[in-house]
Amino acid sequence: MGEPRLIEISPVTRVEGHGKVTIHLNGNNEVDEARLHIVEFRGFERFIRGRLLWEVPVIVQRLCGICPVSHHLAAAKAMDVIIGVDELPPTAEKMRRLMHYGQVMQSHVLHFFHLAAPDLLFGFGAPAEQRNIFEVLKEQPELGRRAILMRKFGQDIIEATAGKKIHGTGAVPGGINRNLPIERRDAFLGVIDEMEEWADAALALARDYTLQHAMLVEGFASFPSNYMSLVRKTDGALDLYHGDLRAVTAAGMPIFDRLDYSRYHDVLVEDVRSWSYMKFPFIKDLGPASGWYRVGPLARMDTVDFIGTPKANAARNELMAVTKGAPNNSILVNHWARMIEVLHCIEMIRDLLHDPDLQGTELRATGERREEGVGVIEAPRGNLIHHYCVDERDQVTYCNLIVSTTHNNEGMNKAVKDVAVQHLSGQAQITEGMLNHVEVAIRAYDPCLSCATHALGQMPLQVELFDAAGGLLDRRSSAT
Amino acid sequence: MLVIGYGNPGRMDDGLGPAFAARIAAAQLPGIEASQDYQLTVEHALALAGTDVVVFADAAIGASAPFEFGPLQPAEDGDLSSHSLSPAGLLSLCRTVFGVVPDAHVMAISGVAFGDVAEGLSPQAAQNLDRAVAFFTRWVAGCRVRATVEG
Repeated sequence: MGEPRLIEISPVTRVEGHGKVTIHLNGNNEVDEARLHIVEFRGFERFIRGRLLWEVPVIVQRLCGICPVSHHLAAAKAMDVIIGVDELPPTAEKMRRLMHYGQVMQSHVLHFFHLAAPDLLFGFGAPAEQRNIFEVLKEQPELGRRAILMRKFGQDIIEATAGKKIHGTGAVPGGINRNLPIERRDAFLGVIDEMEEWADAALALARDYTLQHAMLVEGFASFPSNYMSLVRKTDGALDLYHGDLRAVTAAGMPIFDRLDYSRYHDVLVEDVRSWSYMKFPFIKDLGPASGWYRVGPLARMDTVDFIGTPKANAARNELMAVTKGAPNNSILVNHWARMIEVLHCIEMIRDLLHDPDLQGTELRATGERREEGVGVIEAPRGNLIHHYCVDERDQVTYCNLIVSTTHNNEGMNKAVKDVAVQHLSGQAQITEGMLNHVEVAIRAYDPCLSCATHALGQMPLQVELFDAAGGLLDRRSSAT
Repeated sequence: MLVIGYGNPGRMDDGLGPAFAARIAAAQLPGIEASQDYQLTVEHALALAGTDVVVFADAAIGASAPFEFGPLQPAEDGDLSSHSLSPAGLLSLCRTVFGVVPDAHVMAISGVAFGDVAEGLSPQAAQNLDRAVAFFTRWVAGCRVRATVEG
């Protein structure tokens, strides 16, 4: 029997932020334990204390350069409550929705075409020099061009509604600070048909991949779990901007439903573990062992009753037919779900652009001041909770954030373990392609691990092997 | 000419790139457009395809000089994510997708404080920024002189 070993993959490539995977092997080269360690900056919740409520929707965007709009809107929604506004003027709500749909579509497009495509097109075990976006573009440059232009479309919508592509100021407590000029509307309408056509093609690509690789998809880090998302208050439809909380079991049975999200702490508990900076939320009534749950695009497909736009709804029906209407537990199906949401966003954007309320002039509402507010939104990566208390001087005294990646923490760890056992156990040699299987499982969740600095001089991927005593057996750096 | 200063101003000296772009924009140098961003992303390839010269300004970790300025060639650096798309990778992306690539330079300005969530540069980084801006202004003037002579 050989010596037990510890394999580290750090940082995980092609995910947002930095993380580290450690795989503990026993003396027989069998996976003993596998964990995803995340250096998420939880200090932000303390950093935000003392800041004025009016500046919070702008400051919180510093959490992330990838989905700042989600933090911007979740914080604005919480501050709406604090300034006593329960219903926004139609122009304000529709401008915020337009901003959000632009954000979700551009985030999903980036993930699918540029982060996941190399794995899907070349296979998880392909050589590293092939499994990257540049090789994808050499084979399919039109795919890359479309992805860039779809990203730009989404970013332009964010800029038109938030003022800037990154760290905009559009959403303010109680409303929005601008409407959509006619000329911007017409420019978006001028390309919306092309965006929809490309979204249809991307959806077909994701669907066909999933169906043609059904055995791989069903066997890759697939396991049952609970699911949670917002659903539209009136009818249980997909609603990325607003709604009530719903959680279902792996069999689709309700755990809680129509729950006002301000009561999230009645049903969710945030557990801590000594080896990770990131918390492990679970559903209180089910306990930590069986109460963990997943969020995100596939979770939304699994949780909602239907989608309120016709083409995306038809696409969801096709996805749900794979499991005969039951929740789909295969994480790789997230790619298909993501492209359904891109189409949904484009359908919603088209509808909104035809709505004259976007040119309305009533932008803000006021109300009676409160001390506490919760804002929840379905971010690209899943449910996002912002919770604040503000004192009589308008200063934040309490902040709690549950980001999508935190909701998915237990699921990602289980995926890492599942893939490690399946692909690494009993192997005499750990190949880069095999290690990438672990990273593929993590990437399927599209995690945003943290917004670390990214200055020049950053280290590339490192893989380190340790013996049971902590001694370094091997270290390998890769260009990826 | 396009100057792209990128980084996270909420992580102290990581904001050197945006600070550099802001200074260049404020100087209103003729023919130079300066933009700030949080990071380089794929759609920057569109902007690159529409310019003849691009300068990427970013913070540098562990650099020995206050700043380093030099030419840059496209390179397929293997990985691409929205946080870590490199200037060379972006150039390569631009060339592959749009068939053109501008002359490119990197302005890497040395920073020393990256750990805290706080705005503002460290005194050392601010000093390095001043020197980088002064150099760049002279370099641009030199480019114009050469262009005039050659023209």
